[in-house]
Amino acid sequence: MIVIRTPARLSVRLRPRVLAVGTVCLLLTVGVGVLAIGHGEYPMSPTDVLRTLTGGGSPAEEFIVTQLRLPRLVTGLAVGTALGLAGAVFQALVRNPLGSPDVLGFTQGAATGALVVVAVGGSSAALAGSAALGGVVTGLLIYLIAWRRGVHGYRLVLVGIGMSAILTGVNGYLMTRVPLMSASRAMLWLTGSLDGRGWSDAAPLLAALAVLVPALLACAPALRMTELGDDAASGLGVSVHRLRLLLLAGAVLLVALSAAAAGPVPFVALTAPHLARRLTRSPGVTLLPAAVVGALITVVADQVALRALPGQLPVGVVTGVIGGGYLVWLLATERRAGRL
Amino acid sequence: MSTSRLGGDGLRLAYDRRVVAEDLTVAVPDRSFTVIIGPNACGKSTLLRALSRLLRPAAGAVLLDGTDIHRLPARAVARTLGLLPQSPIAPDGIDVAELVARGRYPHQGLLRQWSRDDERIVAESMAATGVDDLGDRLVDELSGGQRQRVWLAMALAQQTPLLLLDEPTTYLDIAHQIEVLDLCARLHEEQGRTLVAVLHDLNHAARYATHLIAMRGGRVVAAGEPRRIVTAELVEEVFGLPCRVIDDPETGTPLVVPAARARAGTVTR
Repeated sequence: MIVIRTPARLSVRLRPRVLAVGTVCLLLTVGVGVLAIGHGEYPMSPTDVLRTLTGGGSPAEEFIVTQLRLPRLVTGLAVGTALGLAGAVFQALVRNPLGSPDVLGFTQGAATGALVVVAVGGSSAALAGSAALGGVVTGLLIYLIAWRRGVHGYRLVLVGIGMSAILTGVNGYLMTRVPLMSASRAMLWLTGSLDGRGWSDAAPLLAALAVLVPALLACAPALRMTELGDDAASGLGVSVHRLRLLLLAGAVLLVALSAAAAGPVPFVALTAPHLARRLTRSPGVTLLPAAVVGALITVVADQVALRALPGQLPVGVVTGVIGGGYLVWLLATERRAGRL
Repeated sequence: MSTSRLGGDGLRLAYDRRVVAEDLTVAVPDRSFTVIIGPNACGKSTLLRALSRLLRPAAGAVLLDGTDIHRLPARAVARTLGLLPQSPIAPDGIDVAELVARGRYPHQGLLRQWSRDDERIVAESMAATGVDDLGDRLVDELSGGQRQRVWLAMALAQQTPLLLLDEPTTYLDIAHQIEVLDLCARLHEEQGRTLVAVLHDLNHAARYATHLIAMRGGRVVAAGEPRRIVTAELVEEVFGLPCRVIDDPETGTPLVVPAARARAGTVTR
């Protein structure tokens, strides 16, 4: 632990390892980002990319970077940050390492919203809006059903799993009603993709992140207290129910808006917090590292999808395979260690 | 009657529609070691939950320094009133010093995360409970008695004049029970804190309490100094247990000896 104190009686405490892991992940993300911008039909070297980003490129390079490639990268970063953060919040809220929006039904709700628009035919803005709405409405429903003198972890998980099952059925039905021509659009959306994302796709999510990241991080100390159990946390002065409601609302909003921006990119919300905890070796709640790791794995997965595999796969395929594989490996090792 | 910073007035305590206590009035004397006793389901833990702001009474009010405790902000209450619940959870992989440090939460802020006072008070709390040499040990690895002392250290670090303990000796063997209670008695005497505990064992209660509240069926049957109120009649009335009350040969406090099972040829009373 490092403690920094100022004469004005302010003090900040942090673990050196968290700082180191955070810095390394940020640098890696920047590096991958520069490589990502350089990649494409018009290849650019990292120096060209940096020169263009700082305003010294030709008009053609300027256009390619700021209008074509940067929006995709920024959308990926924003989606990864949102999912990593939301995943860490969910896992802490339900006190269960499997508490992620994929398991709890929010993702399926967003998919329902999107499929309705695909079925009736609508613009991509309408699709994004409807997906966000679907996620938020699902969150609200789960909250109302799970609420009983406050929301408790297990109820939330069980209601969420039930909701997720129902919505999967609904989504299957909607898919059968989608015209054949639109079915591939629906499938692509359901996989989670960053293809052709522009600034307008990223804007709502970026705005939400600007408000919600500081708000959620401010809740982190109180959230850490709830690890001791609701009674002990209340005894320490945490308004447990109000805190849960706030965190749940914030995390649902992040998941819904990231689904609107890129579709339901799977497993980032589940994997990023685990990975962040392992890397930082800190017990319990690690919101900021989870957000940074989420951003990193999303842009890395997008690059893997674009370059390493033939046919320009959507990012969701890669996060699904990597995330799922990581989860299986985690379960296997935790089982051996006797912790799960 | 002595002064009281914490008490309940006309409390009706209920979970949903199940009423546990009706028109319950209690007062915790300042600087006392108050122990609440009674048979299972008499409402003693429920009363403690109400006193600690965990349960909102359906009627009446819990008063802390004369104000309804539910009108006070949670953090302000946590700087006056500490609580050690019955089964708090130690997060995976947390070490002793870190757990004790969490007791400082109500005194901290986003930009005041770890002051010199925090550091000093955590060290003092660990010394007072005898866990200062366990600082970097993982809480999961400790014995039950050690763990309970760590939780007590956390509650102490909160630095509240009032401290509520919900069955602090449950799950401990007899030696550790006495160890924890001795520690509580010492904290009460040396630091002048007001302690309120729910205990199961009547003899422990009679030995350590300075003020006893005996409950049955959601009512207070008797309240006062153990020497004055613990009688065979009271124990019979509260627990339905025939017994004799003698002087504890160690401390002179009342000692409850359950009556022997009636057998042919023996005199039981």
